[in-house]
Amino acid sequence: MSHRLRLVEMRAGEQGVVFEIVGGIGSKRRLEVMGVRPGVTIEKMTGSPFGGPVVIRIGHMRLAIGYGMASKVMVEVKKAGPS
Amino acid sequence: MRVFLVGNPNVGKSVVFRRLTGMYAVVSNYPGTTVELITGKMRAGKGIAEVTDLPGTYSLEPTTEAEKVTVKMLRGIEKDDIAVNVLNSTNLERGLALTLQLVKLRRPMVIALNLWDEAAHTGVKIDARLLEEMLGVPCMPLVALTGEGVKALVDSLPRARVSRLDFDSARRWDEVGKIVRRVQLITQKHHTLLERLGDASLRPLAGLVIALFVLGISFEAIRLIGKGSIRWIFEPLFEGLWSPLMLRLSGLLGGDGFLHMLLIGDLIDGGIDYGQSFGLLTTGLYVPIAAVLPYVFAFYLVLSLLEDCGYLPRLAVIADRFMHLVGLHGMGVVPMLLGLGCNVPGALAGRIMESAKQRFISITLMAIAIPCMAQVAMIIMLAGPYGAPALALIFGTLAALWLVLGMILRTTLRGESLEMVMDVPPYRVPFLRGLTQKVWMRLVSFVVEAVPFVLLGVLLVNLLHYFKVIDAIGRAASPVIVSLLGLPPESTGALVVGFLRKDVAVGMLIPLHLSFKQTIVASTVLAIYFPCVATFAVILRELGILGTLKSTAIMVATVVTVGGLLNLMLRLAGY
Repeated sequence: MSHRLRLVEMRAGEQGVVFEIVGGIGSKRRLEVMGVRPGVTIEKMTGSPFGGPVVIRIGHMRLAIGYGMASKVMVEVKKAGPS
Repeated sequence: MRVFLVGNPNVGKSVVFRRLTGMYAVVSNYPGTTVELITGKMRAGKGIAEVTDLPGTYSLEPTTEAEKVTVKMLRGIEKDDIAVNVLNSTNLERGLALTLQLVKLRRPMVIALNLWDEAAHTGVKIDARLLEEMLGVPCMPLVALTGEGVKALVDSLPRARVSRLDFDSARRWDEVGKIVRRVQLITQKHHTLLERLGDASLRPLAGLVIALFVLGISFEAIRLIGKGSIRWIFEPLFEGLWSPLMLRLSGLLGGDGFLHMLLIGDLIDGGIDYGQSFGLLTTGLYVPIAAVLPYVFAFYLVLSLLEDCGYLPRLAVIADRFMHLVGLHGMGVVPMLLGLGCNVPGALAGRIMESAKQRFISITLMAIAIPCMAQVAMIIMLAGPYGAPALALIFGTLAALWLVLGMILRTTLRGESLEMVMDVPPYRVPFLRGLTQKVWMRLVSFVVEAVPFVLLGVLLVNLLHYFKVIDAIGRAASPVIVSLLGLPPESTGALVVGFLRKDVAVGMLIPLHLSFKQTIVASTVLAIYFPCVATFAVILRELGILGTLKSTAIMVATVVTVGGLLNLMLRLAGY
């Protein structure tokens, strides 16, 4: 089972695969060069209450993304099972 | 022959630069430390090559000002020049994405796989031979921090080649993926204690607690180191060793006259008073060396530690939401923190902000509401006798001003506020030699740049006094100075000198014996009022003439408003 969420809606600790980045060419390019592209597996590390940034892990790199930017990243979330 | 160091931000280009040239460039564990071109020379074969350290960039389609500089330089690379592409071995994919763009420029290049040791620790293994074969250019493993592999890198420069790799630009990421899959092997490693600590400092709540704790400790350490070294080292030195010498000189000069006034200044009760004498050799030396340098040293020691261990990006994450209030994002804490040391690097660091609006806000806010460490030290000296409430009022006003002005700028200025997409590098145990070298270089540059200006400031003060110019300016400016701000007419001199050096300007207020209210108003006004001439020059370069005029107009309006209000409110409160 999997479902699609915006990155900001994911819970901390959840993993998923980026399937789309909605938004302008500018944000797309900025995210792309930092490694956030469709097909890439990410793990959300911290939540973002009050519109703070989201921190994700790609491989062993950590990336902080501002709230607005993070809400443009659509993720196919893997159901968190007993991994 | 010219050599250009190019690569992603925070891959260690500046360390490589230092290794190649022996010249110092500021190195820190966060992206965007180098914002200007830095050039040095190295021995290459029998000749000398010019080496340029370019600001880091993620792609050749630049988004920040610093990246634009890099791309412009790269396009100008000639046939016999070499691009040394520095990669972070722990993030091969992102590095290669830039490498493949460089390949399309068809210039001779060499690849340096830096942080080779850290990659090994985290379980990343790269087949450098195979990568070299695939790209057709030398690929050299490197640990720039310790110097391992530097010689091999230098020796490989004559083998620099134009890469013969051919691929479709539109499918660059696929090509990167193809290469990475072949040359890189990742084995999972357990998380280290440092990593776990690093992750905790990113969580909203735990991170905030940690941030407040770190900042609290930092400021307390700066205060203790600064105050302690003044009391135990510099005051005894000046009082015990320098004063007798100066008194003898005073006797030789006959105790009076033009030269005496310039060099020694006024004798207070027959002795030297470094706060009040105001001679070049007395107050002129005491201010930069005994009053300011200890705090500057303490500040840079603490800041450099925070930088090198990699805490600043974490602070940026925690502060991001808050910085949105003033139209910036988390990385905006960098120009503000640097500005607290000296406004000059603070203004330069505005370049790490992506949009023109954010650059304007960060530079203007920093110049207006962030006092530099030299000024802070002198304010402590001036207002200290009135105790903590006075200091709290001065710095509290500046903090409130920072927030309010920032919110006004955010809502009234046109343009967009971009959000951050930022690497959070792993914590690193600071490399001791690198750290001491950085603190030392920052101190040297403070002494070299500040001391002449302080002396010039003191000289100017004395000449203005001697020729009674200050009295004339004081009379002309008295409507603002006396009526609006409630300051004595003599304090006009401080405002004139403030453009040269803020610390001297605050020092000029000491002999005036200001009241509690006047001390607060004068300190705050001087902090907001024109940045010193060195900062002003950088602002002019960064914002252009129109931007600087706009920034200056905002500054003038702010200083009149805040100074007037402060004076009015303190008077109403009965001071």
